[in-house]
Amino acid sequence: MARSVTSQRKLINTGLAWLIGLIIFFPILWTILTSFKTEAQAINDPPIFLFFDWTLENYAIVQERSNYMRFLWNSVIIAGVSTLLGVMIAVPAAWSMAFVPSKRTKDILLWMLSTKMLPAVGVLYPIYLIFIELGILDTRVGLIVVLMLVNLPIIVWMLYTYFKEIPGEILEAARMDGASLRSEILYVLTPMSVPGIASTLLLNFILAWNEAFWTLNLTAANAAPLTAFIASYSSPEGLFYAKLSAASTMAIAPILILGWFSQKQLVRGLTFGAVK
Amino acid sequence: MGRITLSKVTKRFGDVEVIPPLDLEINEGEFVVFVGPSGCGKSTLLRLIAGLEDVSGGVISIDGQDATATPPAKRGLAMVFQSYALYPHMSVRKNIAFPLRMAGIDKAEQDRRIDNAAKVLNLTDYIDRRPGQLSGGQRQRVAIGRAIVREPAAFLFDEPLSNLDAALRVGMRLEISELHKRLATTMVYVTHDQVEAMTMADKIVVLRSGYIEQVGSPLELYRKPKNLFVAGFIGSPKMNLISGPEAAKHNATTIGIRPEHISVSATEGMWKGRVGVSEHLGSDTFFYVHDTGLGTEMTVRLSGEVEMKSGDTVYFTPDADKIHRFDDKGLRLE
Repeated sequence: MARSVTSQRKLINTGLAWLIGLIIFFPILWTILTSFKTEAQAINDPPIFLFFDWTLENYAIVQERSNYMRFLWNSVIIAGVSTLLGVMIAVPAAWSMAFVPSKRTKDILLWMLSTKMLPAVGVLYPIYLIFIELGILDTRVGLIVVLMLVNLPIIVWMLYTYFKEIPGEILEAARMDGASLRSEILYVLTPMSVPGIASTLLLNFILAWNEAFWTLNLTAANAAPLTAFIASYSSPEGLFYAKLSAASTMAIAPILILGWFSQKQLVRGLTFGAVK
Repeated sequence: MGRITLSKVTKRFGDVEVIPPLDLEINEGEFVVFVGPSGCGKSTLLRLIAGLEDVSGGVISIDGQDATATPPAKRGLAMVFQSYALYPHMSVRKNIAFPLRMAGIDKAEQDRRIDNAAKVLNLTDYIDRRPGQLSGGQRQRVAIGRAIVREPAAFLFDEPLSNLDAALRVGMRLEISELHKRLATTMVYVTHDQVEAMTMADKIVVLRSGYIEQVGSPLELYRKPKNLFVAGFIGSPKMNLISGPEAAKHNATTIGIRPEHISVSATEGMWKGRVGVSEHLGSDTFFYVHDTGLGTEMTVRLSGEVEMKSGDTVYFTPDADKIHRFDDKGLRLE
C-alpha cells in the first residue's frame, strides 16, 4: 500500500518536473519553430504550432544579408578570452580568500557580489566615455575587459567555494615540501580543483556569450558578437519575426550544443558544496 | 644538522595568548615529543617551528641561524601531518618526488632516492597508485617517504598515528623509532598519547596551556615528576594522589603512589578497602579499590592473572621508597 502511494507520488513529481521543464523550454522551441515559418505564418493569429509550410528561406536570407562567421568568431574570442583572463585573475584571488582569510574577507566577497546588483546602465556613460578616451570602442579588447570585469565577482565566488573544500593541510604540506607560492597554486591547488575550474570556465563562457547589454552598447561593426547579430534583425517596421528567429537560432545553437554536452559538469558546478 | 632553539617564543591569536614566552632547546639527532592534553598548544608550537604560523615574539633558530622570518619552504624541515596531506591527484611516486622536484634535484638522483625510500617503507608495490587507493597505514608511509627523501634537517610529526587503528599504531610507532635510529636525524613529535611519548622519546616536553610543565627523559618524568600535573599525566593507569592526614604523615600536602607500586594482601597491610571493578589484561590486572578511608579510590596494578571478586576486602601497602611527595603548590618535594 505504502509502496503504491510513493510510486504514485513519484509519477506526479516526474510529470510536474517535465511540465516545468517544458514551460521553461517553450520560448526556445517557439523561436526555433518560427525560424522555419514564412513571415506571414510567423504572425498568424491564432498562432500555428506545427502545421505550417516548413521553409529554410529565412536562413538563406540571413546568410545572404550578414556574415554569420564574423559574428560567431567575435563571440568566441570575446567570451573565451574574457573567461580565461577572469579565471587567471580569480584563482590567486580566491586562493587568498579561502586560505589566508582576514577579518574583512567576507565583506570583500559580499562587496564584490554587490557590484552585480548595480544596474549596468548606471555606469554606461562613464564606461562609454572611457572607451572613447582610450579608443577601444567597438574593439574586441574593450569588450573582453568589460565582460571579464562584469563576470569576475561570480568567478571569484565560484572558485572560492571550491577552494574552501580543499583541506588547507595539503597546501601546507606543499609549503613544507619547498613549494613556492607559485608552485603551490600551479602544481597542487589548480590540479586538485580541475572539476571546479572547468565548471567555472563553462558557466562564465555561457554568461559572457549571452551578455547583451555591453556587447550591444559598446560595439558597432567591427567587434559585434552574435548578440548584435540577433539584434540587427529586429526592425521598427515590416515583418521580421521569422528572420529574427532564424538569426536567434543560429546564435544560440553553438552554446546550446556546448551546454548539452557539458550539463553534468554545469550542474555539478552550480550545486557544488551544497551537498556534502 | 638539526639543532632547534626556541627563545622567548610567544604566540597570540588576537588577544588570546596560546604560547606564553617559552624557551626550549632541541639537540641534534634527538627524538623530542611534545605531549599534553588537547588545547595545550603542542600543535601550535610545532607549527611555529615549521613556519606555518608566525611567532608573535621571540626567536626560533635552526642550526644557529635565525629562522624566525624564514618561510616554511626554506627552513629545511619536513613535516608529516595527522591527515597525511598527500596530493590526491599524484601517484605515490609523484607524491614522494614532489619535494625533490621543488628542490630542483635531477631526475636520476630523484629516482635513486625514491626507490630507496620506497624499499625502506615497503611501498614498492604501490608506487604507481593514487593515495585514494591506499589504506591508512600505507598513506602514512607515503607521507613519511615524502619527508625522508628530502633529507631534512629535522622531521616534524603532528599526531601522525591518531588516524590509525590500535594494531597499526603500535607497528608504525616501532617503524618510526627504527627510522630515527637509522637516520639519526632530529625528530619533533606531537602527540596527546602518553604511551607514544614514553615509548618513542629521548626527551619529553610536557605542555599545559602553553606552559612547559617539565622536560626530561621518559624515565625521569616517570620517576621524578616535577608537579602534580606531570605526575597525573605520565603513567598509565594514573598515579593515585592522596591528600589529607595520610599525606601529612609524610610531611606533604599530597602524596602520589603509582598503581604498580602497591602490594596487595588478603590478610594484612597498611590500608584496607573493597574491590570494585577489575580489568584483566592477561599480563596485568588492574583493580579499583573503594572505601579506602583515604578520601579517594585507589587503582592497583598487579602483574599476571590475579583473580579477585568484586566486593572482596583487600589490604594494600605502598612501596615506601616509591612515594612521591608534593607541597601545597603541587610542586615535588625531594
